[in-house]
Amino acid sequence: MSLPSRDLQASIAATRFGLGARPGEISRIASDPRGWLIAQIRPDAVPVPMNPVGLAFPDSRARWLDFVAYKEAEKAAGADTDRRRAAGESFRQAVAAEMLGRTTAAATTDAPFAERWALFWSNHFTVSTRKGQELDALAASFEREAIRPHVFGRFETLLIASSRHPAMLLYLDQQNSIGPNSRAGQRRTAGLNENLAREIMELHTLGVKAGYTQADVTEFARALTGWSVGRRGQPGEAGGQFFYRPNVHEPGDRTVFGRHYPAGEEDQALRVLADLAASDKTATHLATQIATHFVSETPDPRLVRRLADAYRSSRGDLSVVARTLIDAPEAWSEDAAKIKAPYELLVSAYRAVGQTPRDYGREVNNPLNLLGQRPLSAPQPNGWSERAADWAAPDALVKRLQWAQGFAASYASQTDPAAVATDALGVRLRPLTLATLQRAESRKEALAVLLMSPEFQRR
Amino acid sequence: MSPNLSRRTTLRLGLGLGMSVSFLGVPALAAESRSPKLVVIICRGAMDGLSVSPPIRDSAYLDLRGSIAITPDKALPLDSDFGLHPKLVNLHRLALAGQARIAPAVAWPVHIRSHFEAQDLLETGADKLYGAQTGWLNRCVQALSGDKPARAIAVAPQAPLILQGAAPYDTWSPGAQFNPDGSRLAGILQELYQPDPVLGPAFAAGLAVEHEAMTLNANAPALKANDAKDFATAAARFLSDPGGPAIAVISLDGFDTHAGQGAAEGQLANRLANLDDVVAGLESGLGQDWSRTVVVVATEFGRTARINGTGGTDHGTASTLIVAGGAVKGRGIIGDWPGLGAGQLFENRDTAPTLDMRRVFKTLVVDHLGVDRRTADEQVFPGGRDAARIPDLV
Repeated sequence: MSLPSRDLQASIAATRFGLGARPGEISRIASDPRGWLIAQIRPDAVPVPMNPVGLAFPDSRARWLDFVAYKEAEKAAGADTDRRRAAGESFRQAVAAEMLGRTTAAATTDAPFAERWALFWSNHFTVSTRKGQELDALAASFEREAIRPHVFGRFETLLIASSRHPAMLLYLDQQNSIGPNSRAGQRRTAGLNENLAREIMELHTLGVKAGYTQADVTEFARALTGWSVGRRGQPGEAGGQFFYRPNVHEPGDRTVFGRHYPAGEEDQALRVLADLAASDKTATHLATQIATHFVSETPDPRLVRRLADAYRSSRGDLSVVARTLIDAPEAWSEDAAKIKAPYELLVSAYRAVGQTPRDYGREVNNPLNLLGQRPLSAPQPNGWSERAADWAAPDALVKRLQWAQGFAASYASQTDPAAVATDALGVRLRPLTLATLQRAESRKEALAVLLMSPEFQRR
Repeated sequence: MSPNLSRRTTLRLGLGLGMSVSFLGVPALAAESRSPKLVVIICRGAMDGLSVSPPIRDSAYLDLRGSIAITPDKALPLDSDFGLHPKLVNLHRLALAGQARIAPAVAWPVHIRSHFEAQDLLETGADKLYGAQTGWLNRCVQALSGDKPARAIAVAPQAPLILQGAAPYDTWSPGAQFNPDGSRLAGILQELYQPDPVLGPAFAAGLAVEHEAMTLNANAPALKANDAKDFATAAARFLSDPGGPAIAVISLDGFDTHAGQGAAEGQLANRLANLDDVVAGLESGLGQDWSRTVVVVATEFGRTARINGTGGTDHGTASTLIVAGGAVKGRGIIGDWPGLGAGQLFENRDTAPTLDMRRVFKTLVVDHLGVDRRTADEQVFPGGRDAARIPDLV
């Protein structure tokens, strides 16, 4: 399998591996598109969303305190709806500011492959604000604390960071799971919650076809007991942070997926996670997910094999896996098989015009809500779909057009649409599309044509 | 994928660019609206059957359920054995009128506890995991299409798997303020999408259905983009339209109640109130067409019979399925009740399945929609020949 021309490689690098080209990006990387991507494979290249004056957002501990304060103010407001609403105003603004910072980082970064790689892992380890307001408080900090620092490190480290973060523990109901034979379990009717254990095995590591059983899920859930989240106002507990409760940990040895784990405490689940990360099944599952996200929902088996082999031989080093993806000829197929999900579409539009959104609600949240992808709010723990048919449905495309018209109305002035199109797509821009937007009756119409063109909707 | 193209007519916009915008020419076929209607409501996340239709006379129920039990004083009585959750007031009214029935121990014949695999089975209709890649409703639409194509619509921006496949389908949801008629841009894009096998058909169908919705929703209060009841209203308007779709799909989520499930009030109660609103919205929106309608409410699997350690329930096996609508016949529960006592639970944890979910679906496909039996056996539910239809259901 041979690689496409250097010019086409530059377009593919910026649109398929990156997040859509910014003005000048494709011509800047044209001499060495693969080198540009490879240079982004380092932990410090992964963008970190910042507030508008360049300061870091508060960590999950501070976010949690804000949330608690908001809930107390709301309670104090009683039935007074105006006061109740006012109580949450600054919390809501802080959440919106962080989400805007996240979108801005994606729209402006010079390391868009590193950002896409991070977004892939964020979706792999889905937490969702649909679970409730605790997740509004923690979802974005989860991505910053548990995902971004580890996406070019060892998978085991990433898995552990995700599994121990309060956002994940709350999202998958781990915090109150109690071993039936633990000290606390013997005193009251309480028991296991197997949600986190199951989704770690099914979604995060082995994959659903790996052949584990209900007994494996239950055993892993027993090993995980004690992993919890600190309550507020409890002496010795850090509210909203990972907290291990020895008195709810199920005592005894465990057997999970054919391996034996001697009795332990907090470390017992860590040992299970290490073995799950090292499993052959995990290598294949992750390889399939990566190939599906980056290249095609029906990925070339050779590509999956390459990625899985890289995972195994590097003992789960994700920088090696990323490098293998870039080096794989199957990843550079000329066919742009993927339809952009709404967030990708929106980010790539801002990148194309070299702008950033200013109003989170009006420019990001509301349109993405209408397009079916409000950030960090996937409907189910398996995250956003990777299937073209799920996104390119009749109504969804009409809503994309409506959004594109609004976007073009805001950003088309001062642009040369043909130049924007050439800069955004390079040689992927078809002559018919270029001719069509050159014939458009206004800059606004021309920009909307570009955003809705098949080559911009695909990657 | 192949959204609905077949019914469009082409309107020349006369822009001198050779472009055209395609939209629906509504065929004025009054007979169409008298065709049977089917609404499939998928409750995603594993809806807890033991809360939807609490077995109030089962002596094990209260002990297993503890604080999340729907106690006999709270349940809306169906018969001496079963009640309905107190939030399901409309479904209860319909049940008493002989227009709703429950199947309290339904499951897919492949017993798995992954939401996503189980939803795939429920939607593809396959008899084994990864046994089909298209939705059974899509194959049902193919079977119903003769000279004139049958139509189905998902009331959502995106199409769920149950509707995806080779036959045309539509999706629509409230929220667009886009008038496709005379839109120059829409015409331009159709030209650009011509060679694209995914975007071309989907966009043309989107324009057509948006045009249709504008007609149907004219002179009515605007529908809200995030309101389940408004989704039901939208579905009812499409289904009542002569020439409109006869099949609609609505997805509801949030049923994965591992913690803090609640009982007569609470998390699950809110979701069930929402479901009840949707059914009521369909009934009132369909008007006289309600008599020709069956609404089926299904979920991928049930939840554990015992309350778990966190005031919720984990992934189980059998759950409750509901059929409602003016076309529903008969009374009483569908299928047998396996009991919750010692030795009666499936794997000592879940409500044991007594009824193959495909039997209900196949009954609706054959006896309600009129697909021939052989096609239903071989194409709509492949490998499901042994799933016999249920007598006297519709």
